[in-house]
Amino acid sequence: MNTPPTAAPPVLRAENLTRRVHDKILVENATFAVRSGEVLAIVGPSGAGKSSLLRLLNRLDEPTSGTVFVEGIDYREMAPQELRRKLGMVMQRPFLFPGTVAGNLDFGPKQRGENLSDEAVAALLERVGLKGYAARNVANLSGGEAQRVSVARTLANSPLVLLLDEPTSALDETSKREVEALLQEIVHDHQLTCVMVTHDSAQAMRLAGRALMMEGGRIVREGGIREVLHA
Amino acid sequence: MLKWLFHNQQQLGLAQSAAAALAAMVVILLARRRGIHLESDALIAMARGLVQIVAVGSVLLILLRGPKWTSVFLLIAMIVAAGATSARRAKGMPGAFQVSAWAIACGAGSVIALMTWLGVIDTEITALVPVGSMLIANAMNTNGLALNRLRADVLAHGGEIETALALGAEARTSVGPYVQDSCEASLIPAIDSLRSLGIVWIPGLMAGMLLSGARPVYAAIYQFVVLAMIFAASGITSLVSTLLIRARLFTPAAQLILRPGR
Repeated sequence: MNTPPTAAPPVLRAENLTRRVHDKILVENATFAVRSGEVLAIVGPSGAGKSSLLRLLNRLDEPTSGTVFVEGIDYREMAPQELRRKLGMVMQRPFLFPGTVAGNLDFGPKQRGENLSDEAVAALLERVGLKGYAARNVANLSGGEAQRVSVARTLANSPLVLLLDEPTSALDETSKREVEALLQEIVHDHQLTCVMVTHDSAQAMRLAGRALMMEGGRIVREGGIREVLHA
Repeated sequence: MLKWLFHNQQQLGLAQSAAAALAAMVVILLARRRGIHLESDALIAMARGLVQIVAVGSVLLILLRGPKWTSVFLLIAMIVAAGATSARRAKGMPGAFQVSAWAIACGAGSVIALMTWLGVIDTEITALVPVGSMLIANAMNTNGLALNRLRADVLAHGGEIETALALGAEARTSVGPYVQDSCEASLIPAIDSLRSLGIVWIPGLMAGMLLSGARPVYAAIYQFVVLAMIFAASGITSLVSTLLIRARLFTPAAQLILRPGR
């Protein structure tokens, strides 16, 4: 379990984040902070607004009101491309682009005019347990391998915060264990700040140090992972 | 057979329309048996088409005897109507009518203007309006195909597009492959028409030219000219249309607007 470093300044701070679509409240007045090196789990039942909240954090959706501060800067003052590089997101499904694994890893850096060296690709693949996969076609990967490539692709942007949207929910049991072990290694060994959405309490307990419980678009509990899940 | 039964041209025309409509009805019924429902779309389109062409034919009869500048207004009206028609193929896409009208105006309008200036299209209303309408109609079809394909692709690949955005891609990069595919797909009919010219398809214009005394070789070459103009008009329309709609698929903060269930 990840323990929140209490002295670290908040790297991400959401203030009164609200999103309404056609009078339907998806997220209401979400206010919370994430400190550097911390793993925060967003938990709650289906339709509670967990993924909607995560999409507001990297501005894939626009808040109706409220905002997010990234390292103290209001994210509306940042270019969306810069913001999304800083807050890397791993989706529920990997959505790999056609071509090779290396091509997928290179996608993010390429957007800012950089190219990943072969060494950097090899190092990223080693980090996600896919050594030697660089030239493989993504069409021939298993679900678990594809999701690990998706994690490596996000890490290739060197994000400040990793946003995980139920990254194991679309996988079979074996792949789920593989990907979770990988995430555990990344967040613990590399101390990467992370906000993860999960409906799996046991997974939240294994990975996160702190949690937000959501219901009906609102944060109803916030605190240590055990305190929130066992309240 | 119909010519033996009907000696009056108007009656013959109505009988021929009924026969053609009957063939279309058979197709609609066959499609229905396979679960493909074309009934309302096809019936309304046929009824509208017949009424419109008869009405326009009557108006044209008057306008074709008018001054040359009348053709400009006729062609502009056709472009607006074409924009409205093909915009229906882009349901849910923001600003589809404006995009369609501008794209068809750029595509068909520029080719008509240039070719008329070069003397490829005659300035007489009897030549300019029919040839211009051919270009506008084909540009309309291309535009409808491009927008329809792009809409379907964006809805089907929202995950890939948002993944690209989440990795720091510009909006235009994230949707780039789908814009390219829709543009290419929309031009397939125009390219195939050019490719099969004279083998599969002999445009009606050629018969008209031969009947009005043009030399067969010139009439044949002019068919190529017409199809090349159609390709040019369709190509510009598709490029402009996909370019304009691309920008409207996203908010200024690069958020995808067209998503299932929205």
